Amino acid sequence: MIKLVNISKEYRNGVTALYDINMEIQKGEFVFLVGSSGAGKSTLIKLLLKEEGITRGRMYLDGADITRVPNRRIPYIRRKVGVVFQDFRLLPNKTVYENVAFAMEIIGARPREIRRRVPLILSMVDLSRKASSFPDQLSGGEQQRVSIARSIVNNPPVLIADEPTGNLDPDTADEIMKVLVDINNRGTTIVMATHARDIVNKMKKRVIALEDGRLVRDEEKGGYSIEIPNI
Amino acid sequence: MWRNRGMGIASITSISAVLMILGVVLILVLSINNAVLDTKLKFDEIEVFLVDDLPNQSMDRIEEAVKEHPGVLSIIFRSKEQALEIMKEEWADEAYLLDGLETNPLPDSYIIKVNDIEYADGLVNDVKTLDGVEEVKYYKDVIDKLLIFAGYIQFGGILIIGILVFISVFIISNTIKITVSSRRREINIMKYVGATNGYIRGPFIMEGIFLGIIGALISIVIVYFGYQYFYKSMNEKLYDLFTFYLVDPKLIFTDLAIMFGTIGAGIGALGSLVSLKRFLNV
Ligand SMILES: Nc1ncnc2c1ncn2[C@@H]1O[C@H](COP(=O)(O)OP(=O)(O)OP(=O)(O)O)[C@@H](O)[C@H]1O
Ligand SMILES: [Mg+2]
Repeated sequence: MIKLVNISKEYRNGVTALYDINMEIQKGEFVFLVGSSGAGKSTLIKLLLKEEGITRGRMYLDGADITRVPNRRIPYIRRKVGVVFQDFRLLPNKTVYENVAFAMEIIGARPREIRRRVPLILSMVDLSRKASSFPDQLSGGEQQRVSIARSIVNNPPVLIADEPTGNLDPDTADEIMKVLVDINNRGTTIVMATHARDIVNKMKKRVIALEDGRLVRDEEKGGYSIEIPNI
Repeated sequence: MWRNRGMGIASITSISAVLMILGVVLILVLSINNAVLDTKLKFDEIEVFLVDDLPNQSMDRIEEAVKEHPGVLSIIFRSKEQALEIMKEEWADEAYLLDGLETNPLPDSYIIKVNDIEYADGLVNDVKTLDGVEEVKYYKDVIDKLLIFAGYIQFGGILIIGILVFISVFIISNTIKITVSSRRREINIMKYVGATNGYIRGPFIMEGIFLGIIGALISIVIVYFGYQYFYKSMNEKLYDLFTFYLVDPKLIFTDLAIMFGTIGAGIGALGSLVSLKRFLNV
């Protein structure tokens, strides 16, 4: 689904955030992206979202080479990659329903299709009862579920989450993880950057670790850090 | 609609200013072209208007003096009745207006043709001093002066309009920028969800065009009614002074409205595009 070949990223100010990254993520996988602050996780995500250009290497999405694409094609790539951030990014003056419907309106979905699909997605993230609430009337976990609903309402094959539980307490974070696993079980490929050690350890999913811009570990059913055997 | 009303008003005012000046320049240039066309036909003629009821011997003297002058090709007498007939022909559709005249206001005249324009100035100066000559009109002169004048107006007008267009685009782009930044969050989200640039730009460009159209409406009203007023009060006087007619406001209204609307909308759209350029590359 996602393939990176010898990817490097140097920012315009000269900082090299990624060195020679290789990875291949299959359709339907759930992958954690871990590493200390400044390791390059968010940079990798920005490359996948075509928010930043690639300095060297090649990147493929769903079989298509997206290393360099003209600006006008970028929106169509983003429609294949849903994204969720730590800070939710909801529109404060729109209701939960409208926040989600907004994503469909933008890509020109038919009103009938929107009316059918939005309630379905809201019930998937267990927010049917909050459809007409505004974001500031919701808890952090609920807001993040709205954000997730918005990111998947157009049915993208890939969902990327940059520290989606970063602002949430452990119990709420677990709720979010349930939702993500649910989405993953329906076939969506998920890449999640996180510092949440417990979550990563509990889930036993593939873990890709970055350190100072280098890929240092890529482990099936891995943990947050390399286990140091107890003596 | 605008978070910043002042900026909206500034935008509209600047577009109106551009268009009003454009309107004035346009009307001036059109009127001058009109005058030039009108007189061009009589290009190589010198018209000598005579005082009313001139005795025959005075006329003979004038005729002789002219014939003695070097370079004169022909001299023809045109009575006031003939002059009126000619005028009726020229006015064609509006000739009925002349039928209402009780007395013929036109003077008797001589029409002189010269071999070469070289001689014209000297001839004009000499004839002017003769007894019984009311006025001498030499149109080549007038045309040259008008053309030079039109050239200045055109040049000055284009310069001022250019500067004002630039300022308007700048003001509008700043107005739109305010709206854009107040909706930055929304734009950001739209991008992540895969909105095309066109979709994101659309409302802002519409806002720019809207400002432009409002500016155009205001200026068309001011220019049209202002000019109509000027036309009504000045047309006759200008004809008496310079023998040319202003362009009729009614004839140019439609063209002016279309032109103002297009330019106003264009400036508005351009202003929006300038302010959006920065936001398109993420
Ligand atoms: N827009 C930018 N311009 C220049 N340098 C940047 C930019 N964004 C990130 N960097 C640099 O790139 C490196 C990697 O940053 P990145 O945000 O990818 O780290 P991260 O792994 O997401 O960290 P965190 O866990 O704190 O979110 C850092 O050294 C950072 O300073
Ligand atoms: Mg980060």
